[in-house]
Parts: sequence; C-alpha cells; structure tokens
Amino acid sequence: MELFTNQVLAGIATGAIYACMALAVVMIYQAIDHLNFAQGEMAMFSTFMAWQMMQWGVPYWAAFVITLVLSFVGGIVIERLLFKPLAKAPILTNVAGFIALFAIVNSVAGLIWDFTIKQFPTPFGSAPFLGSQLISTHQAGMIGVTLLLLALLFFFFRFTRIGLAMRAAATLPESARLVGINTSWMIALGWGMAAAIGSIAGMLIAPVVFLEPNMMGGVLIYGFAAAVLGGLSSPLGAVIGGFLVGIFENLVGTYIPGAGNELKLPIALALIVIVLVVKPSGLFGHTVIKRV
Amino acid sequence: MSARQQLRIAAFSTAVVAFAAMSGSAFAQKKYDTGASDTEIKIGNIMPYSGPASAYGIIGKTEEAYFKMINDQGGINGRKIKFITYDDAYSPPKAVEQVRKLVESDEVLVVFNPLGTPSNTAIQKYLNSKKIPQLFVATGATKWNDAKDFPWTIGWQPSYQSEARIYAQYLLKEKPDAKIAILYQNDDFGKDYLKGTLDGLGDKAKTMVIAQESYEVSEPTIDSHIVKLKATGADVLMIYATPKFGAQTVKKTAEIEWKPLQIMTNVSASVGSVMKPAGFDNSQGVLSAAYAKDGADPQWDNDPGMKKWVAFLDKYMPGANKTDGSLVYGYGVAQTLVKTLQMCGDDLTRANVMKQAASLKDFEPDTLLPGVKINTSATDFAPIAQLQMQRFKGEKWDLFGPVFSGDVSN
Repeated sequence: MELFTNQVLAGIATGAIYACMALAVVMIYQAIDHLNFAQGEMAMFSTFMAWQMMQWGVPYWAAFVITLVLSFVGGIVIERLLFKPLAKAPILTNVAGFIALFAIVNSVAGLIWDFTIKQFPTPFGSAPFLGSQLISTHQAGMIGVTLLLLALLFFFFRFTRIGLAMRAAATLPESARLVGINTSWMIALGWGMAAAIGSIAGMLIAPVVFLEPNMMGGVLIYGFAAAVLGGLSSPLGAVIGGFLVGIFENLVGTYIPGAGNELKLPIALALIVIVLVVKPSGLFGHTVIKRV
Repeated sequence: MSARQQLRIAAFSTAVVAFAAMSGSAFAQKKYDTGASDTEIKIGNIMPYSGPASAYGIIGKTEEAYFKMINDQGGINGRKIKFITYDDAYSPPKAVEQVRKLVESDEVLVVFNPLGTPSNTAIQKYLNSKKIPQLFVATGATKWNDAKDFPWTIGWQPSYQSEARIYAQYLLKEKPDAKIAILYQNDDFGKDYLKGTLDGLGDKAKTMVIAQESYEVSEPTIDSHIVKLKATGADVLMIYATPKFGAQTVKKTAEIEWKPLQIMTNVSASVGSVMKPAGFDNSQGVLSAAYAKDGADPQWDNDPGMKKWVAFLDKYMPGANKTDGSLVYGYGVAQTLVKTLQMCGDDLTRANVMKQAASLKDFEPDTLLPGVKINTSATDFAPIAQLQMQRFKGEKWDLFGPVFSGDVSN
C-alpha cells in the first residue's frame, strides 16, 4: 500500500511535467489547429537563454521575465517569417516545416551550449514538501504554477476580448474576419503565447531532468499524449491528462509484472487510444462540428 | 617449348623476382599498403557529429587537433597524418556508407576510433573481410576483444563487463552481506554491466542481488524506478546509466532520503557533467572506478601528463570546455594510435599496423591514471583492462585501493 501511494505521488510529480508541456501544446493547437513538433525544442531553447542570462549574473526572476518576453517575441517572429508564408500550403508542408524547425533549434542549441548536462536552479528549493519525501518543494511549486497558468488561460480565453477573438479566429476564421478580427495576427499571437508558456514549462522541467539540448525529447511525446487524452481544445483537460498519464505510467511499471517496466509507455498510449475510440475529442474536449 | 619447360621457367623467374623484391626491401625496408606513402599516412574515422550522440563529436575534433600537433612537430617518422573524419549521425546504415567511402574512395590505411557500438557492429564484417584495421574502437562493449573471429578489430577502453566485475570484486570483499539493487539502461550498454556484475558475483549473485530494474532512454525522468527500488530495502545501488540519468538518480535518492551505497558507472563519473549537476552535497560517498584522469579535477594540476594535455588544448583547441571527458579520451586514444604508427617504422602495411597494435607493452598515455597501462598481445585485444576504485569527496574523486584488473575475454 505504501508503494502504491508512493508511486501515485511520484506519478503526480512527473505528471506535472507533462501537464506543463501539454498546456503549451493546447495553446498552439488553439491558434493554428496543428500540433507543433518543435514546441519542445523551442521551450528548451528558451530555457537555455534563461540559463545563459543567469550565468551572466542576472537574478532568477529577472531572467525568468526577460525569457518570457523574448520567447513571446521569438514565437511571433517564427510565425511571421516561417509559417505565415505556409499558411495556405497543404498540411504536410507545415509538418515538414515543424520538423525542420525541430532539427534546426536542437542543433543550434547544441552548437552554442554543447551537449553536456547543466544544472538549472529552482526558485522553490528541493527540500521535501510538507514532510513527504516523495514530492519536493520544487515539484509542489511546479504543480502550483501549472494550476495558476491554467487559471490564467481559462480567464484569458473566457473573459478577455483578445482571448475571445483568438478562439473565434481558430474555430471559424471566415466569420471572424467578417466581424473585423485580424485572424492572421491572432495566429501570430497564439505562437507567441505558446512559446511563452513553453518557456515556463522548460524552466520548471529543467531542474528535474537537467538542461541539455535533448531534454524535451521524451517530455514532448508525453505532453502530446496528455493533451490528446484530455482533449486538444481544453486546457483543463490537458492538465488533468498530464497527471493521469504520469500516474498511470508509474502504476503500469510497478504492478504489471515482467513486461510492465519495458512496456509502460506503450501500455499508457494504448489506454489513450482506447479512451479516444470511446470519446474521440478527448476526456474534456468539445466536439467541433464542421458544416459541409 | 613443352609445358613442363614453360612451368620451370615460370617458377625460376618467380623465384628471381621474389628474391629481388626481398633484397630490395632489405635495403630500403619500406613497405606500404594503400593509404601510406613516403610523405603521408591516411587515417579514416567516423563520428556522430550530428544526431542524438553528437555530444561525442568533440572526440573527433580532439583527435583532429592532436594529429595537427603531431604534424607540426614533424609527423610520424617523417610522414604527415592526413585525418579524414565523416559524420555518421550515430546511424549504422550511414556508418557503413561513410566507411565504404573512406576505404574505396579516400583509400585510407586504417579506420581509427569509430564511435558507438551500433556503428562499429555495422562496419566490423566489411572491414574484416577487406582486411582493413578497425583500430581502437570507441565503445566499451565486450565483444571487440575477439582476436580469433575478428583479427582486424581491436578495442581501447576497458569493457563495461570488466568494470562491472571490478565492482563485484569490491562488494564481495568489502560488503559481503550487501543487498544489491541494480538500475540499468535497457540496451547493450546497460545489459553488459548487468552481466558483468552477475558474473563477477558468481554464486553469490542469487542471494546478494535483490532487485534489477531497467529504464528506457526515452523516459524523461526515472523517479518512479528509484521509488520502487527504495521500497525493496536494498542497501547498495548500482547505477548503470548514461550521464543525464546518473545525475537524476543521485539527486533523486537524496531527495527521498534514501542512502544506499551508490556505485556509478565510469561512463557517468564526470565531475563537471554529472556530479556537479546532481549537487555535490548529494554526491558525497558515491563510488566509481576510473582509468583516465579527469580534466576538471584539481588534483592533476601539477601532473606532467595533464600539463601536456592542457598545453595542447590551449594551443590547438582554445576555448574548449576542460570538464568534458571527451577531451581526455580523444587525446589518449590519438596518442595510442601515434605510438602504434611509430612502432610500425617504415613497414606501413595493414598487417603490420595490426601486429603493432597487438604488441603494445606497458604503454602509458598522458591522460591515463598512474599505474594503468596499455597491454595487448596476439590474443589480448583489450588494450585497457585496469581500473582503480574512487570515492567522491568534496568536489572531486579520491582514488583508493589498488589498480584492479578485470580482464574478460569473449
């Protein structure tokens, strides 16, 4: 029983990592209706920028805010330069673009900062949280930040003009244009926000997995899985999906004898497929009805 | 002329030609295979300069810089080294393609220090069938020490199994009642260590090893495995993991206040890229074994060998990150090749290169630990088989005990 509790707690801690990344995935999906394969690498690059600033002596929170701003601007620049010209291109062209961006960002980071792992500081410390040895204060802080982000996003999309405009631009671009929304800039804004959220995710994940150019490789797969499970159109679903994937993965690894350890990711993904067969838009997503 | 007469003349003239050739070589004693000449020796190499293992690309760059230094100093017996190195992106099919190019079009004398177990496995048969030396491969798999089946392939660094056997020897002696948990990467690398440990413990393995847990490289964190291993009540944790996961393990065990005796694979014993990120506080008392000096360790500041290494870096690789173990590795293996080629003298045939590589006696490159010597023979294709135990204290490794030998033949 103790092992069970411990694995669930460890799963929640790891799940926070996935949830954070899943939020960024949902953000970009809301804006452009695609998954961005380079999302993880962009987050990694932002984290390296923060690390570099701290190496230069910038205090943590200053570096945090500057990174956030730079990532936001960077996301918009990438959209304007690379993906705006591809807006009318077939989806496969876009996918190729994402993959190219993935490889470019990864290699450039390796070139600048090399591939040895680096320690990334945490503002929350890493002592045991509330006496529990299984969740550190950093992981507790990470869960807190994830929930805060979630609340902010919810508020943004539900109650602000610009948030509503972005939703309209993503779901019904034609109608949105007719009521005077600049859909093209809404997409750019979505890229910027996704990059900024990604940078927060990166800075929270790096203290756990260590900073290096390939740090997001595994995380992004789980982040995608979490977002799909929870529903690509729902930030809340993405966060819950993240925690579920984390917990489930640990339980499979611990309790399915023999194969459990080696097959824990496939088994977790199989579960996701089953959920999607029953509920194609994810646990919390809403079905998009398209008029033909 | 009858057929018999023809044969006799042919035999006679062959003998004359053979004699002439022999006496000729007695005067000049210069023998070359493709890739070597009076002025140049062509050395081929493949490295993962891009792709998942690109961190190791620095080894190739170090070797290139080392050979440049040798050339600036006049080369080897008057011949300059021409080092041709290609990117295989850590992909076996690409490794085959690049090695073919090195052999067929660049016409190199030997293929030196190709990196990675998968890539080397992919090119081994080809090079052996063409009788081209596959010298000092950059992988710790045990299978390269197989002079009988693959006489053209030779390793360099201690094999993972030798190292694991040394840990087993240590535990049998120092902690015979240990309850051992083994965490290993689920691939050739991790499994070699697992096998070495179990073989080294022998009959005791059944009672001493109470948990074996594997992880996949694709997992973002290994927290769950550590939690599970803690629950087994083990008091020794063997960490057979690559640097990122090694650092995670040391950090996580400290976070959940589990304090087993931790033994870390040499692959992840780097001060700069594992112990420091994991936190020096958390790393105290971790054990490992080493065969080379650590460039980030101040205890070697006045070591004559490491002074040469630093001087080399300052001149030929300015700005290099001295904490990167690849710089120590690349230097040591390049020095071994230069030594081998010097021993070849003017007989630069592939057969002789291989013969000399298998005749190294007590050779000590600048970057190896004092007492660790390179020895090879016609049947021993594992140049380095010695390691010394070390314990992490303060911000560096303290070597202790004797230099162990963990020779494993295939």
